[in-house]
Amino acid sequence: MIEVQNISKSFADKKVLQNISVTFETGKTNLIIGQSGSGKTVLMKLLVGLIEVDEGNIFFDGRNFTVMDFKERKNVRKEFGMVFQGGALFDSLTVLENVVFPLNVFSNMSKSEKIDRAQFCLKRVNLENAGHLYPSEISGGMKKRVAIARAIALNPKYLFCDEPNSGLDPQTSIVIDNLIKEITDEYQMTTIINTHDMNSVMEIGDKIVFIYKGSKLWEGSKHDIMQSECDELNDFIFASEFTRLIKKHF
Amino acid sequence: MHLLLYHIGRYVLLLKKVFSRPEKGRVYLNQTLDELVTIGFNSVGIVVIISIFMGAVITLQTAYNIENPLIPIYLIGLGTRDSMILEFSSTVVGLVLAGKVGSNIASEIGTMRVTEQIDALEIMGINSASFLILPKILAAVIFFPFLTVISMFVGIFGGWAAGVLTGAVSSTAFIYGLQYAFVPFYVVYALIKTIVFAFIIVSVSAYEGYYCQGGALEVGRASTRAVVYSSLVILLFNVIITQLLLAK
Repeated sequence: MIEVQNISKSFADKKVLQNISVTFETGKTNLIIGQSGSGKTVLMKLLVGLIEVDEGNIFFDGRNFTVMDFKERKNVRKEFGMVFQGGALFDSLTVLENVVFPLNVFSNMSKSEKIDRAQFCLKRVNLENAGHLYPSEISGGMKKRVAIARAIALNPKYLFCDEPNSGLDPQTSIVIDNLIKEITDEYQMTTIINTHDMNSVMEIGDKIVFIYKGSKLWEGSKHDIMQSECDELNDFIFASEFTRLIKKHF
Repeated sequence: MHLLLYHIGRYVLLLKKVFSRPEKGRVYLNQTLDELVTIGFNSVGIVVIISIFMGAVITLQTAYNIENPLIPIYLIGLGTRDSMILEFSSTVVGLVLAGKVGSNIASEIGTMRVTEQIDALEIMGINSASFLILPKILAAVIFFPFLTVISMFVGIFGGWAAGVLTGAVSSTAFIYGLQYAFVPFYVVYALIKTIVFAFIIVSVSAYEGYYCQGGALEVGRASTRAVVYSSLVILLFNVIITQLLLAK
């Protein structure tokens, strides 16, 4: 479980996040949604410690991440898996080597055990035959799946996904969404996904947090969204004529 | 001035991060071996080509300038030897490597930064600065002295070949000049300079790449800055080291 307590962040004079408090639950897919520039990427970067909070605290299963020194944070980060928007695969390594990479650095497995584990993770994302390819030789959807395989190689407790569907077609997006959902259920991880893909919201949103102009405006499940009376959320979710029609007839 | 101090401070902090304790020595060893090939071995070709022509030109220019019959012709060999050892094989090769290796390092690390690969390392709990930069520094500091020695031999050979083939100096006179009044400390001085230059090239270029922000355009700019700044720092330290080691 990840507890965020009253965090704020400013860049120069611009207040990007204001007094955000939220709990991301274990074994659930927690979605952060909001317009571009609303502060959701900053929130995720604060959660993983890529940038520092100005005020407030972040607890990972009771451990206060914000007050930890570099070494303590390093130990918590070993429990993180992250899927970046562009995949962030290492260009100079093959798909298999990318998945083996965290095992090389942090595990004491033998070489064959590491390869078996990496093959298992690749099989889990249906890429068991792509291990020999380089990132430049695979499609965007495959890159995302390799990134997921790499993220789960060390059995993380917390999985962070920054816009995992960006640049993907709707069918591939659903494949990625379902994969993340399955993995979350299977490994009982605390998964946090940054997205503005409404299909993802309605498919896998166990818990949804809506960020608007740097503040948390609404939270609930995908089932609550249809009944929501938050105007800003409704404007965001039901932005198109088509989705407004769906809401009307729901 | 304020900006200069800011960059120097950030550079020192980066170095502190680079030289912190590695996660797993074995991984760093493999990285260093890879970098020895990328940074060192792959630079042998350009160093050989440049050194041959530099040695040839030094010989021909020295011969062209010796008009006084009282000056012994074997000084052409001596001049070529000392010019190559004292300056060309360390400083000029250092500047060439700043262009080749420095731009490569800045663009590689810069691209990793803008494509979030460095963020990925950090989130895995890896000290990205140390993981990416330390093996490169070690590889350069280990291999560049070999490049300097290769440059010395090849440059002097180039000078001998050019002198003999053009008839500017006989082989005997050139070789006599090579052996005349040889100061072994000059080689040590050149190697000390090379080690310092190797460190400068990698660390300055890595600094530019590591703090690169934006996209392809910024990576290109970082690469250019890496070459310019590392060249300037090399020239500055060339003066400082020469004053420290050779001044009487």
